[in-house]
Amino acid sequence: MMVVENISFNRRQFLGGLFSTGAFVVASRLVPAELLAQSSAAAILNTKADTAALHPSVYLGIEPDGTVFLVTHRSEMGTGIRTTLPLVAADELDADWSRCRIEQGVGDPRYGDQNTDGSRSIRDFYDAFRVAGASARSMLVTAAAAQLNVPAGELTTANHEVVHARSGRRVGYGALVPAAAKLAVPAKETLRFKPRTDWKFVGRETQIFDLTPIVNGTAQFGLDVQREGMVFASIEHPPVVGGTVRSMDNKAALAVKGVLQTETLDAPKPPLLFQSLGGVAVIGRNTWAVLQGRRRLKVEWNDGPNASYSSAAFRTAMLEKVRQPAKVARNLGNVDAEFAKGGTVIEAVYYTPMAAHASMEPPAAVAEFRDGKAEVWCPTQNPQAAQETVAAALGIDKSNVICHVTLLGGGFGRKSKPDYAAEAAVLARKLGRPVKVVWTREDDIRHDFYHTNAAVYHKATVDAKGRPTAWLKRSVFPPIASTFGVPAPMNFELNMGLDDSPFDVPNIRAENAGADAHVRIGWFRAVTNNFHAFALHSFADELAHAATRDPLEFLLDLLGPGKVIDLKAQGVDYTNYGAPIDKYPVDSRRLRRVLEVAGERSNWGKRKSGNGSGIGVAAHRSFNSYVASVVEVEVDRQGRVRIPRIDMVADPGVVINPDRVRAQFEGAAVMGVSLAMFGEITATKGRIDQRNFDGFRVARMNDAPIQVNVHFAESGDLPTGVGEPGVPPVIAALANAIYAATGRRVREMPFAKQKLV
Amino acid sequence: MRLTVNGKPQNYEDDPDMPLLWYLRDELRLTGTRFGCGAGLCGACTVHVNGQAVRSCQTRMGTLEAKTVLTIDALAEGGRLHPVQQAWITHNVPQCGYCQSGQIMQAAALLKTTPNPSDADIDRSMAGNICRCGTYQRIRAAIKTAAKGRA
Repeated sequence: MMVVENISFNRRQFLGGLFSTGAFVVASRLVPAELLAQSSAAAILNTKADTAALHPSVYLGIEPDGTVFLVTHRSEMGTGIRTTLPLVAADELDADWSRCRIEQGVGDPRYGDQNTDGSRSIRDFYDAFRVAGASARSMLVTAAAAQLNVPAGELTTANHEVVHARSGRRVGYGALVPAAAKLAVPAKETLRFKPRTDWKFVGRETQIFDLTPIVNGTAQFGLDVQREGMVFASIEHPPVVGGTVRSMDNKAALAVKGVLQTETLDAPKPPLLFQSLGGVAVIGRNTWAVLQGRRRLKVEWNDGPNASYSSAAFRTAMLEKVRQPAKVARNLGNVDAEFAKGGTVIEAVYYTPMAAHASMEPPAAVAEFRDGKAEVWCPTQNPQAAQETVAAALGIDKSNVICHVTLLGGGFGRKSKPDYAAEAAVLARKLGRPVKVVWTREDDIRHDFYHTNAAVYHKATVDAKGRPTAWLKRSVFPPIASTFGVPAPMNFELNMGLDDSPFDVPNIRAENAGADAHVRIGWFRAVTNNFHAFALHSFADELAHAATRDPLEFLLDLLGPGKVIDLKAQGVDYTNYGAPIDKYPVDSRRLRRVLEVAGERSNWGKRKSGNGSGIGVAAHRSFNSYVASVVEVEVDRQGRVRIPRIDMVADPGVVINPDRVRAQFEGAAVMGVSLAMFGEITATKGRIDQRNFDGFRVARMNDAPIQVNVHFAESGDLPTGVGEPGVPPVIAALANAIYAATGRRVREMPFAKQKLV
Repeated sequence: MRLTVNGKPQNYEDDPDMPLLWYLRDELRLTGTRFGCGAGLCGACTVHVNGQAVRSCQTRMGTLEAKTVLTIDALAEGGRLHPVQQAWITHNVPQCGYCQSGQIMQAAALLKTTPNPSDADIDRSMAGNICRCGTYQRIRAAIKTAAKGRA
C-alpha cells in the first residue's frame, strides 16, 4: 500500500477519497458486515435479503417459503458478476438455483468495497459469498438436527433440502427457516465448505440472470430510469478542462418548444476528482427538446490553463523525455555496468495515444432531492464513490445520499467516476423535481477520463544467443494520479507492466517520469498494462527476431525455468493489484504454462508466417492472472489488416462461470484489437478533436477477429481477474503478428494509421 | 398524424423533426430501444419501420405518417421469443447487453430478406452495429443458428 507522507490534512482527505474509490491502490477489502451494521442507506432501504426471516449475511436471506435472496453489491457491466457471485453462495448453500432471486445492493459500506473495477470482484468476494452460503446451510442443518432429533453429522444437504439418508427423511429449507432464524450465525472458523468435487454451480455453465430481459428489451439501464414528474437535462461542458463560463445567452435555447430553463453548473475546484466539469445545463420536457436547446445555446468560455494543449506537440515532447534518465522503480543487478561492457545493443521507443472508453451507454443519471437528502439512480461501477461525489457536490453528508445501481451499458472504468451522478443531484436540488441527465456520445467522447497517452523506451544488451544480459525500460505518461491532484504516477500505475516483468534477466532497471496532464486521466480496462505490455512484449519479439530465434521458444527461454519472483527485493514497491503477495505471488511458472498451452492449442510450430500472413505471440500477467495470446493476421497489399484467428490461454485460478469467463476473453480480444488498430483521441488547443464513432473508431464486426478461441490452463489456484487481463497481451501479439506477416515493426498505435506495407 | 407502434395506433402532433428514438423512449416510454450515438453510427437504436431496419435516431417523426413501427419491446409475439432472440439466448450472446436490442432488430431484418446469410452478408448487414463488449463472434453464430432454425 502506498504511504503518503508530508501532506496536508486536506490532501490526506483527498487521498482518502482516492483510496476508497481509486481501485488499484489499496486493499480496502472485506469489512465484516456485523461491524458495520449501522448504515443510513440500509436504515432507509433494506434489501429483501435483509428483511428475510433468516439472514445470516448481508449478501443472503431466506424466507419461510424457501425463496433465497442473494444480494450482488458489485455492478453488472457485462462480466456476469451479478450472477456469478450469487452462484458461489448458492453452491455452498446447496440451493435450487430456480428458487434464488438476485437483488442489487445500493451503495452501502456494509457490503465492503463496491468499486467494480480492478478485476477483483471474484478475487475479493469469493470467500465472503462462500461464507454466506455455508453459514446459512450450517444453520439450516442445525435446525434440522433438532427437528429430526438426529446428530447434525448424519445430515447432508442437496437441492434446497436437508437430508437424513439413514431414515430417508428430508426437510425443505423453507420449513427450517423459522427455527434456523433463532440460531446464532456460526463463526467463520467453524464452517465446513464443500469439497470441489461436490460443487454444483462453480465450474459449470449458468446463464446470466439478466439474459432474457436483455434480449426482450426490458433490461433497465441507467438511461431507462423514469421518475414521476421527471425533467431532462443535457449539459454543455467547457470544451477545455478547467474552463469556465464567460458569458451565456440562452434566449434561443429557451425558445425551443419543451425547453423549460437553463442552469449554470459550477466549475470544479482542484483537484478534479470526480466533480462535474461544470458548464450550462439545458432543462426540458424530453431529451430531444434539451438537445435542440443546447444547439441554440450561445456560451463563451474562459479556457483556463489547458488552452494551449496540443497532443501532437505533447507526443514529440514525451518521445524526447522518454530517452532521458528518470526515477528508478526497479533495480536488479547493474544495468549500467553491463551496458558499459559494449556488445550488441538493441533499443526501441513505443508510443500510444489517448483513448476513450466509449461504453455503448453514455453516462446518465436520475436524481431526486427531498428534505436534505438525495437519491440517485445511475449506471455506476462505484456506488459508494457516487454517494461521496454527490454528497460533496451538495455539501451534505454521504449518509444522506442513496445510490441505486442500474445495469451498466458498458463501463470499462469510465463509470467508476460518477461526475454525471453529481450533475443530476445538483440539478434536482436546484429544480426541486426529479432530473435525468443525459450525456450525448459527443459529450462522452469529448469529456472522458481518458486512457492516457504514453511513451515507452526499451534498451537491452544481448549475449551470443540473443538473450538479454541487461534490460532498461522507461515510461513517460500523464498519470491517473493527476486527476486526484497528485503530480507523479502512483506505484500501481508502474506495477502494471513496467516494473513487474517476470523475464529472467540478471540486470534490470525500470524507470518512469511523469508528465503533466491537460485532460482528465482515468483508468481504462487493463489500465497502464496496455501500453507497458505493448512495448514490453513487442520488444521481446524484437529481441527474438534480432537473434533469428522462434519468438515463442525465445519467450520461454526469457522466462527461464520459472519461479516466484520477489519484486520487493529488487526495489519495487509492488501493490500487486491490491492483493496480498503471499497468496497471489508473481509466478513465472504460470506464465510459462499459458505460453506452452498457447503453443499447443494454436499449432504454433506448424503455422508459417510471411507473404502477408503471420502469427504473433505475447504473454502477460496482470490482475493476478496469467494470459497468453496468439494472433493470426493477414495484411493485404493496401495494408488492410484481417484477423482470422486469436487463441487466448488464461490461468485465472479457479473458474467459477466458464462461459462468462470465456466471454470476457473473447471481448478482451476484440477490445485489444480495437485499441491497437483504431484507438486514438487527440487534442488541439485543449479541445478533444474526436466527437463520435466516426472520429473515434472502435472495432466493428468486419474489423474484429473472426474466431477467438479461449482455453483455460487452470491451475486450481485462488480465483483472480478475468475482466481486464485479456487485453494487454492481444495488443503486443497483434503487433508481433503484423511484423511476422510484413516485416514491418509497428511501434505506435493506432496500427491502422501506420505504414504496414 | 397517425402511425402504428408495436401494433397500437398512435397520434403524433409534436415537432416533426423529433427523432423516432426520443418519441419511443421519452413519450411512449418504450425504453428497449437504446441511445448510443444519435448520429446513425452505432445501430443501438435500430427498429423496424414497415419491416425494414432503420436507425430511429435518424428517423424524423414527420416521415412516419401511416407507417408501422416495431421495436424490440414487441419483437416477441404473444410472449414467444423471436427466433433471433432465442438464438441470442442459446449462444449467451450479451455481455452488458446495451447494444443487443439494436443487434437483434438488425439481425431479424437481415433474416427476413436473406434467410440463409453468408459471412459476407452478415458482415455487410451488421457492420453498422457496434458492440463495445466485443460479442461479434457470438452474434455471427447466433444469426446462423436462427437462420437454420427457420430453414
